Amino acid sequence: MSELVSRGRFGRFGGRYVPETLMPALEELEVAYEEARDDPAYHEELAGYLREFVGRPTPLYLAERLSDDLGALRVYLKREDLCHTGAHKINNTLSQVLLARRLGKTRIIAETGAGQHGVATATAAALFGLDCDVYMGEEDIGRQSLNVFRMRLLGARVIPVTSGSKTLKDATNETLRDWTASVRTTHYIIGSVVGPHPFPEMIRDFQSVIGREAREQIIEAEGRLPDACVACVGGGSNSIGLFHPFVEDEDVELIGVEAGGRGLDTEEHGASLTAGRVGVLHGCETFLLYDDDGQIIPAHSVSAGLDYPGVGPEHSHLKDSGRARYVTVEDHDALKAFQKLSVLEGIIPAFESAHAISYLDRLAEETKEAGGMKTVVLCLSGRGDKDVHQAEGFLSEMLDDEEVR
Amino acid sequence: MGDRLEACFDHLRMEGRSGLFPFVTAGDPDLDFTRELLPLMTEAGADGFEIGVPFSDPLADGPTIQRSSMRSLAGGTRLSNVLEMVGEVRADIPDTPLVLMTYYNPIIAMGLAEFVRGASQVGADAVIVPDLPPEEASALVEIMNDYPLEPVFMLAPTSTQERIELVNDVGGGFIYYVGQMGVTGARDALDSDLGATLARINRVKNRPVLVGFGIKTPEQAAEVAGHADGVIVGSALIDVMEAQASRESKMRAACDYIASLREGLDRSKTVS
Repeated sequence: MSELVSRGRFGRFGGRYVPETLMPALEELEVAYEEARDDPAYHEELAGYLREFVGRPTPLYLAERLSDDLGALRVYLKREDLCHTGAHKINNTLSQVLLARRLGKTRIIAETGAGQHGVATATAAALFGLDCDVYMGEEDIGRQSLNVFRMRLLGARVIPVTSGSKTLKDATNETLRDWTASVRTTHYIIGSVVGPHPFPEMIRDFQSVIGREAREQIIEAEGRLPDACVACVGGGSNSIGLFHPFVEDEDVELIGVEAGGRGLDTEEHGASLTAGRVGVLHGCETFLLYDDDGQIIPAHSVSAGLDYPGVGPEHSHLKDSGRARYVTVEDHDALKAFQKLSVLEGIIPAFESAHAISYLDRLAEETKEAGGMKTVVLCLSGRGDKDVHQAEGFLSEMLDDEEVR
Repeated sequence: MGDRLEACFDHLRMEGRSGLFPFVTAGDPDLDFTRELLPLMTEAGADGFEIGVPFSDPLADGPTIQRSSMRSLAGGTRLSNVLEMVGEVRADIPDTPLVLMTYYNPIIAMGLAEFVRGASQVGADAVIVPDLPPEEASALVEIMNDYPLEPVFMLAPTSTQERIELVNDVGGGFIYYVGQMGVTGARDALDSDLGATLARINRVKNRPVLVGFGIKTPEQAAEVAGHADGVIVGSALIDVMEAQASRESKMRAACDYIASLREGLDRSKTVS
């Protein structure tokens, strides 16, 4: 008889809360991943694609004008926005497509919020000629029409999701439903460090390339470790990718920035770690946004990529153990940071990454008050081209005012 | 096994009949409706019920039960009201097994111990949590061990021999066999491997097996029943009620449908 052991725990979080139909596939995936992890041939193949196709290693760039403007901080940007397809998501999708091939799966499915993960999945599927279906909430399809077209251009089918709040959480439900019917031939590429074991651990490992490179690069540049690592947290894949290689370095502060949306005093935010409670959604036990009856509360953020009512279980553990701290930045401040980085550094960040940039204002204040100076590595998880259209609506007035002056 | 479930299956075995367990979403369209409907369906031939607690993110369910859950939630149904309703309906159908089906998060929100205490107080006999496989269920099952409430686990077409044995060992009440790949919902054709997988389960089982997911017609129910101890019919029943406008016609259509399934099941057993 099998032992009754919950697998894939980060402290008390994580696990594998899925319908029975999926359990054997997750066991199979876990074994396949462990084999791949120990197989030099897999790593060699993956490293080749990351180098030649994705463009890794990405630079660690000292943002001098931003640092001068902030004062008290020396800010290095880990340029994941320079990855092929414009965000860190490709690190994961490429790694998983290689795994799907080892499993003999011929079809790929994925959920997407902003469309970045969908595009990265469609790209990796196209590279290997695999069928690809991407589920996307109707609400997000409206907000991110360009990414919808990009996925189609790459040969993927985009399936609109009309259930529930018609956003990322509902797209995830629908992809899981597809997978329970198609699991024998299909691999599900989850886009963040969420879901049932082994996804959070496996995707953490795939995204840790961010932190491994950054750690080497900062030591090369500064001759020492940074004082802090900062990254935005939706599901939490770019942040866990940056944080993980620094977890054992106890003097390095780890700071995750969640979507404050319209404010934590409203229900319209995405701050599951800061304002949520422990529950179970999409296969794992973690901090979530839900009401007194256990019904999930749809998240809100100006950034579709942070618009998720849950978070990766490893972040829940990092919060619970006190190893990382989590803060929030509201829509309005993220938009200001979006503009600020564009003007000061010539880099248009994704709305998601703009949340992390915005938090630097507060970190700089704190550091000044303490009379110190900090070196910071910030994960610039994606570029903002996808958000420019939406930003135009919000920011044109602000820009016009400044030109008049 | 809980007394009512055990008595029910003993009785079925003695009469050589298959069990018919309809699934309804509690509170669709409201809890008064559900309370009235269950005794009527008992008269029409149901042996026991699965009572679904609506959840905002029902990832094991197809469109029919999703819609049903949303209607129920929109009407303000909460887990605590569902338990109250079960307590009230228990008085009308004192011997009929009532099985609660809920996703895990509403249980977490209520508190595991409070849920188990509440469910057993109102006279529920078993609990099925579709997103809680045995590996994750220890906390809930440990509490349930102190109450007359059975933890029912599921098996699926993909289940390995090892998992079949696991569910048989740790589960209570009955085994819920998910008769097809994918989510709940009525299908025109049954899974062609159904008989073979059920034969694998029947070889090791030490408790009854009920088959759910995808059953629509009396003929399908009869075919499935040939391999198992009974059937669970949910989406098709809800489809039948959805097609009607008034409360009375919904109830009448539901009872007619249950009676037709009953007839199909009984006919096949007499033939064999």
